[in-house]
Amino acid sequence: MVSAPSSRGIHLRNPDQELVKVIVSGPFGVGKTTIIRTLSEIPPLKTEEVMTATGAVVDHLHGVRDKTTTTVGLDYGRISLGDDLALCLFGTPGQKRFHALWQDLTRGALGALILADTRRIADSYEVMGMIEEQGIKYAVALNEFPDSPAYPEDDLRQALDLSPDTPLVACDARDRTTSLNALLALAEHLLNLPAMEQS
Amino acid sequence: MNRRLIPPYVWTGGRTRPTRNVLDRLTVLRAAVETIPADVSPAEQRVLEILGDGALPLAEVAAHLSLPVSFVKVLASDLVDQGLLIVRAPAALILDEQPDTQLLERVIRGLRALQ
Repeated sequence: MVSAPSSRGIHLRNPDQELVKVIVSGPFGVGKTTIIRTLSEIPPLKTEEVMTATGAVVDHLHGVRDKTTTTVGLDYGRISLGDDLALCLFGTPGQKRFHALWQDLTRGALGALILADTRRIADSYEVMGMIEEQGIKYAVALNEFPDSPAYPEDDLRQALDLSPDTPLVACDARDRTTSLNALLALAEHLLNLPAMEQS
Repeated sequence: MNRRLIPPYVWTGGRTRPTRNVLDRLTVLRAAVETIPADVSPAEQRVLEILGDGALPLAEVAAHLSLPVSFVKVLASDLVDQGLLIVRAPAALILDEQPDTQLLERVIRGLRALQ
């Protein structure tokens, strides 16, 4: 069921809507832009983040005159869960050189959905390394392409070095139902985590 | 697109830091006035225009205006100081703790309802 969009289109359905941050990450070209476009109720946006040449995030405008800063465009989408709550999806590059941006963006996030492509699993190693280091809770969604090879789940878990309780689901980033399922797998995983876990 | 033609530090009058450090990408912004005063800067005017009579998270204002998030933090902070903007912290920001069970249950119910 699709709820009626805000009459103004771009604005929050209600000014008191609670906003929850969810990270969508994974290697370059894995489908982050596509899944955010599929899930978002607003036309997908690009947020601009200023970084220094060494990868630090510029959270104020010191150094903006410095030519060593660079701007990164990140995919962003929003999905309302009723009128009182919305998930804000922040597409975050999964490469190590964006490490500082990752740290900054993941602050306050509910969790992360990590996309992987079975045709090039090794591309996911960098993002898996970063997420482990950050301690942010996550689920992995395999974005299935028509020519994706089908591997046994155990082999994929081993290749991605996933703990047994980390959800590993398949989705088609172009398809709303399977993409929503991937988010649901993440939320259910977060709910089921032991309350005092400090991993 | 609304590409900026002049660098952000010109628009902020050379100031580089927001006066408030509490502004987050998901801080919700709303105009505090119905009519935009004539003496606001062009950038501030654009922030108030995009908000109209609705509310938007700071990151979305920045994206709509094609301005860096860090720059919009400065603008928003200035607008708050002038009494022209109301900000609300993201209520569900999860910091160094297990997410609230009730919140997660609401997220799960909400996602299921969309399927």
